[in-house]
Amino acid sequence: MPDPMADATPDPIPDDRQLFDYVLRLADNGVVLAQRLGEWVGRGPALEEDIALTNVGLDLLGQGRMWLAYAHEVETRYAPPGRGEDDLAFLRDGGEFLSLLLVEQPNGNYADTMARQFLFDQWHVLLLGALSGSKDERIAAIAAKARKEVRYHVERSADWVVRLGDGTDLSHRRMQDAIDALWMYTGEMFAVDAIERDLGAAGIAADAASLREPWRSSVAAVLAEATLAMPVDGWMQGMNGRGGKQGVHTEHFGHMLAEMQIVARSHPGAQW
Amino acid sequence: MSSEWPLWEIFIRSQHGLAHKHVGSLHAPDAEMAVRNARDVYTRRNEGVSIWVARSADIHASSPGDKEALFEPANDKVYRHPTFFPMPEEVKHI
Repeated sequence: MPDPMADATPDPIPDDRQLFDYVLRLADNGVVLAQRLGEWVGRGPALEEDIALTNVGLDLLGQGRMWLAYAHEVETRYAPPGRGEDDLAFLRDGGEFLSLLLVEQPNGNYADTMARQFLFDQWHVLLLGALSGSKDERIAAIAAKARKEVRYHVERSADWVVRLGDGTDLSHRRMQDAIDALWMYTGEMFAVDAIERDLGAAGIAADAASLREPWRSSVAAVLAEATLAMPVDGWMQGMNGRGGKQGVHTEHFGHMLAEMQIVARSHPGAQW
Repeated sequence: MSSEWPLWEIFIRSQHGLAHKHVGSLHAPDAEMAVRNARDVYTRRNEGVSIWVARSADIHASSPGDKEALFEPANDKVYRHPTFFPMPEEVKHI
C-alpha cells in the first residue's frame, strides 16, 4: 500500500520558519523607519539636521540589510534558493512586512518624527543589548554591531525630545501631542507571541516583555527632563497577535510601501 | 531656522594627525549639538577621532588690511630661514 505521505512536501523545520519571521521583524523595523526618515531628505529644518537625521536613516537601512541577508540564509535552509535582500525589501506585499506599527507612522512635524524616533530608539537599544547575548551567533553579532550605532541614535532623539519639550510653548505642545498620539503603538513592542515565546525559550529571541520596565524608566526620565507628561497606558494597538509583527498594518503603510517599491517593481531585475 | 542658530567653526583631528585641523563651519543652537552636527556633517567617512567646536564669534582674526604690516617685514629677512648652513653629505632628507 502506497504511503499517503510519500508525495507530500516534507514539513519545513518549524524553528527555521519561526526564525525567518523573527529576523524579518528585526529587518523590517530598520527598512521601514529608514524609508520614513528618507522622506525628510532635503526637507529638514536645517541643513545640519537634514544630514544628521538621514544619517540615522542610513544606519537603520544598513542594519536592515544585515538582517535581511541573514533572513535570506535562513529561508534558503527550508525553501531554497530563498529570496535575496532586494526581493525581500522590494517585492513583498504589505501583509508580509513584520515591522512594528510605530515605525510606519507618518513623519508629521519634526516633533512627531523625533517622538517616534525616541520611543523606538529607547526600545531598540534595549532589544539589541538583549540580542547581543543570543544563542544564535549571527543574531548576536549583528545586534552587537548595530547597538554601537543605536547608542548614538538614543542620545540624539532624547536630546530633541528635551529641547522641544522644554522649549517654547508651541514646541512643548507639539512634542506632548506627538508623544500622546504615538503612545498607543508602544504596547506592541513588549507583546510576546508564539514565535517569540518559542525562540525565547531556545535562547535565540529576546524576552520582549522584560524590556518593558527598563524602557518605561528611561522614557520617564527623559520625559521628566523635557517637562512632558508620561501618557497613561490605554488601548494599545496591535496586541493579541493582530499587529505589525504579524503583518497587520495601519492605513499609512501601503502608501509608504508603494513609494518605496515603485522603482524596483516597475523595472524588475534592473541593475544600476 | 538655521539663520537663528549661531555659527560654529569645526576642527577635526584625523586618524593620522596630532593636531586638530579646521575643516569648515556649521550652524547649531549650542556646543553639544555643534559637536553632534559636526560628527554627522564632517566625519561620515571615518575622517576623525576627535572634534573641537568653537563659536565663530569667539575667534579673533587678523585683519586683511594689516597684511603688509604684519607679514611683509619677514620677506627681506632671509637669515631667519635655516638656509645658510652647509649640510654634511651624510645627512639625508632635509
